Amino acid sequence: MAKKQYMFYPGCSAEKLASASNYEVSVQAMCDVLDIQLNEIPDWNCCGASIGYAGGGELPRLALNARNLALAEQDHPDQDIVATCAACWLSARETKERLEDNDALMRETNEALGEAGLKYQAKQRIRHMVEVLVEDIGYEELGRHVKKPLSGLKIAGYVGCQTNRPFGIEGESFENPKYLDKMVETMGAEAVEKYDKKVSCCGGALAFSEPEKSQALIKDIIEAAYDGGAEMIVTPCPVCQMNVEVYQGQINKKYRTKFNMPVVYYSQLMGVAYGKSSKEVGLNGQVIRAKRLEELADRK
Amino acid sequence: MSDLNTVMVEKYRNDFLKEVEANVEEGKWVKMCMQCGVCSGSCPLGPFWEHPPQEVFMMIRAGKRDEILKSESMWMCTSCYNCIVRCPRELPITHIMHGLAHYAERLGLAPKQNPTRKFALMFWDNLAKAGRVNEPILGIKLYFMNGFKQGIQTALKMAPVGLGMLRTKRFNVLALLFHKGCKGKQDIHKILRKAREIELAKAAKFGG
Repeated sequence: MAKKQYMFYPGCSAEKLASASNYEVSVQAMCDVLDIQLNEIPDWNCCGASIGYAGGGELPRLALNARNLALAEQDHPDQDIVATCAACWLSARETKERLEDNDALMRETNEALGEAGLKYQAKQRIRHMVEVLVEDIGYEELGRHVKKPLSGLKIAGYVGCQTNRPFGIEGESFENPKYLDKMVETMGAEAVEKYDKKVSCCGGALAFSEPEKSQALIKDIIEAAYDGGAEMIVTPCPVCQMNVEVYQGQINKKYRTKFNMPVVYYSQLMGVAYGKSSKEVGLNGQVIRAKRLEELADRK
Repeated sequence: MSDLNTVMVEKYRNDFLKEVEANVEEGKWVKMCMQCGVCSGSCPLGPFWEHPPQEVFMMIRAGKRDEILKSESMWMCTSCYNCIVRCPRELPITHIMHGLAHYAERLGLAPKQNPTRKFALMFWDNLAKAGRVNEPILGIKLYFMNGFKQGIQTALKMAPVGLGMLRTKRFNVLALLFHKGCKGKQDIHKILRKAREIELAKAAKFGG
């Protein structure tokens, strides 16, 4: 099979030593097995995320994203752009759609980009990594590489918001998307079927600015996973991962709960199932260690 | 632009809907709201809104300009897009809320002490400076956004979270000194300056 190549947009949180650096490590490990080559967009910048709106109006945010897209177009115009972060993917895709639909905005954005000698023509498709896995590789092929099935692990697939809305994954419902559960099952683990907080919001950036409100939402997400019998949560989003993982201590204090639920990325599950070591999939980056997954990964 | 607010009041006297349509991102959709309330019912922070989205739409049409632009409401949006996918008329509600928040900020009417407003501005300044987010600087500024004393209290309260992130190398104080951001940060500054200039020129034109 020919090597698949994409332009890659990792985003700020995936940088070395940043909050989702272990996501990036595991994505590379997973792509290595699947023979996917990710070509980083040269000198990519932040997308503005979902909280940049106060300081950046519409055009500055569009121009910021269009710079990345224009740089990708310059580098490999024939390749799709792939993002692993939910907010990066959403902002980039939204930018492309808005500019394609609105000639005036396209003209104004290019006027701004012109200051740096760039021009955006909206040639490439913008996709999330899970779209690549599901659509370009397919479950059957994803399953074919499994060396260590994750049997016996019961996992709650927490899809969250921005990988699911407003675009979502083609063919999936907004209320009960199945792709994450299918990926869990393809890796040999058991997906929690009744997980009623699967697409609930973790509070996003409000976890930083209004922690009490956000932690009430996070509490319900973790509780529902326990109720479904899960021993681990899996997610495709860096903000979901962090919010649901790192505040469990504070939530325990406030609500007198005893949460200690590991929260991992789909790419970490896949890397382990594909025979990578716990370090190779960045499991040492988990604040709440996923002990059973680590044991399985490091078993010879 | 110091008194954009006065200019806008004059220009759109008694027609806040028209003002929103012309100046707020995706504002042209506001008139399409049919007041079903699905957005408010679907919002994860629904109970915390001073005026939930449905009410915001109604109040815009009723000309409640100050009540909306000065309200804490739009700053409650977590950007989860639940309202968008459920709205029977497919209104881009999330974007309208972001647009209203930004417009209120631009006019100088947004509630100064709102924590999400403060964080959102901090976030934008952080990313615009080097082209990429510097997480340690953002984190420290967040803790100290309400002054030094409260900052120390917050930092102590958050210490276990911070230590966990340090231990797993997902928070790195070295980035305070060595985070380089984008090579083309000057280009990014130029692009953003131009984009803002175009946007303000459009607003000034509407202002007559």
